[in-house]
Amino acid sequence: MDINITLPENNTRPAEKCVTKLMVEQINLYYGDFQALRDITLDIPSCSITAIIGPSGCGKSSLLRLFNRMNDLIHGARVEGNIELDGIPVYDSKIDVVELRKRVGMVFQKPNPFPMSVFENVAYGPRRHGIKNRGKLAEIVEQSLHQAALWDEVKDKLGQSGLALSGGQQQRLCIARVLAVEPEVILMDEPCSALDPVATLRIEDLMRSLAEDYTIIIVTHNMQQAARVSDTAAFMMMEPDRAGVLVEYGPTAQLFTNPRDKRTEDYITGRFG
Amino acid sequence: MRISRFDSRRISQRTAFTFLALAAVISITPVIFIIIYTITKGAGAITWDFITQFPSQAGKAGGILPAIIGTFYLMFGTLLFSLPVGVLAGIYLTEYARDNWLTRLINLAIVNLAGVPSIVFGLFGLSVFVLAFHFGLSLLAASLTLAAQALAMVITTSREAILAVPREYREGSLAIGVTRWQTVRNIVLPQAMPGIITGAVLAISRAAGETAPILVVGAAFLLPGLPHSPLDQFMALPYHLYTVAAHVPNMPETTMWGVALVLLIVVLSFDVLAAAIRIKTRQRKT
Repeated sequence: MDINITLPENNTRPAEKCVTKLMVEQINLYYGDFQALRDITLDIPSCSITAIIGPSGCGKSSLLRLFNRMNDLIHGARVEGNIELDGIPVYDSKIDVVELRKRVGMVFQKPNPFPMSVFENVAYGPRRHGIKNRGKLAEIVEQSLHQAALWDEVKDKLGQSGLALSGGQQQRLCIARVLAVEPEVILMDEPCSALDPVATLRIEDLMRSLAEDYTIIIVTHNMQQAARVSDTAAFMMMEPDRAGVLVEYGPTAQLFTNPRDKRTEDYITGRFG
Repeated sequence: MRISRFDSRRISQRTAFTFLALAAVISITPVIFIIIYTITKGAGAITWDFITQFPSQAGKAGGILPAIIGTFYLMFGTLLFSLPVGVLAGIYLTEYARDNWLTRLINLAIVNLAGVPSIVFGLFGLSVFVLAFHFGLSLLAASLTLAAQALAMVITTSREAILAVPREYREGSLAIGVTRWQTVRNIVLPQAMPGIITGAVLAISRAAGETAPILVVGAAFLLPGLPHSPLDQFMALPYHLYTVAAHVPNMPETTMWGVALVLLIVVLSFDVLAAAIRIKTRQRKT
C-alpha cells in the first residue's frame, strides 16, 4: 500500500520534522494456531496522532501491543515480519525489551494508577530507572503532571492515593506516569472508553497538545474520536477466519470523507460494526 | 391453585434452608464444644506459676514454661525456613514459570506435599536433618521438619495472594520500561504481602499444634533447662500434652487440660491474628 501522508491544515508543525517513526512490514501475529493479524504493513509518522479504528475483535489492540512488545507476555504469541522503530528492528533478539518500553510507553483502557500516592505514581518510572535525587524527582513529577494537564488539580494532594482521583484524573495520572520516563512514542489503548464525555474531551485536548512532541498511536472504537484527534487513520477488519487485516490507511480527513475502500465507507457510515 | 403451588414451593424452600442452616450449626458445634470444654476443665490449672515455672514430679506439678518457650521457638524456626523459600517459590510459579511439564510437576508435588501424613514428615526429618545432616535431635532439625511440612501451605497462599494482584498493575509498570523483577518487588509483593503474611501465620499456628513430626526429631518430655542453641533438644506443648495424657500415671486431670488450654490459646491467637490482618487489609482496599 502506497500512502502519501498529508497532515491536516491546522497542523502548525514543520512538515520536515515528521519522519517515519515506526515502520510495520508484513506483520503476521499468531496466538498458538490462531492467526490474529495478517499481512499488516504501514508507516507511522512521528510527531502526529495515528488512530487505529475498526470493529471489536479486529486486532487493533493486538497491533498496538506489538509496538512495545507487550504481546511477549502472552504465552504462545508468535510474530512474523518486521517492525522498526527509527530503523531499529523491534523484534530483533538483541533488542532490550525494557529499553524499548521506556521509549514506547503505553496507556491502557482502564485507568490503572498504582495503589500509592499521586507523587509516587509519577515518580515510579524515574525511580526504577535510577533517579534517586529527591529534588530531581519532584521536578520530573511536577513537569509530567503539568504536561498531563493535571498539575492544578492535584498540586495540593500529591500525597493522597492515586486511586482517590476521579476516573478522568486517574487516566491523566497514568499519562503523566508514562511522560515521566520521557518516551518518544505513546500507545493508547482505548484510553477514554471508561470515561465520561467531559473527561474524554480533556484527554483528547491533552493528546493534541502532546502530539507536538510525541508520536501518539491510539486505538479507539469511537469514530468521532478518531476523526477529532488523529492526523492519520488506519481502518482494520476481521476476515472470515477472524484474522485482522488492514483495509485502508491514510490521512484522517480523506479516510472519513472520501474512503477508497467500500468496506471503510460501510463502516464509517454505520452500515455494520 | 396458583397460591397452593406457590406455597408448596415456599415450603420446600424453607425446608432446604432449615437443613442448610442445621448443617452449618452442626459443623461449628465441635469447635465450640472443644473450646468450652477445655476452658471448663483446664482453667483451674492456669496460674502464674503454671506458665512461669519448670515442671516437677513428671509434669504433675510445677509449670510448663519450657514447653511454651519451646513451642514459640519452633514457630519462629518454622517461619524462618518456610517463609522465604515459600514466597520465592510462589513468585517463581506465578510470575516467571512457563506452563510446561516441569511447572506442572512442581504444582502436583505441592498439592501432594499437603496430603503427606505428618508422621511421614517426622521420619523424613529424622533421616535427613537429624541423621544425614548431623543436626541431631534438635530444635534446628524440628524447625526444618515442620518448615518442610508448612511449605505447601505457604507456597499455595503466597501464590494465591500474588495472583490476586490485578494484572493492570503489572502491565502499567512493565509498559514504562520497568523490569519484571522491579515490578514484582515494587508493585506485586507489597500488594500481596498481607495475604502472604496471613498464610504464613496460619501455617505456623498449624505447625505449633503438630505432635507427630517433632516426636521423632528432638522433642523431649522433661529437660533441666531451656534450649541454649538450635542444636539442643527442646520441649513443646503438643508433645508435652501427649506425654502427660498418655504416659504419666495418676496425672491430675486439671493439669492435663491446663496444658491443652495453653496450647489452644497459642494456636487460636495466631489464627485470630491472621484473621485480623485479612480484615484490616480488606477494609483498606475498599
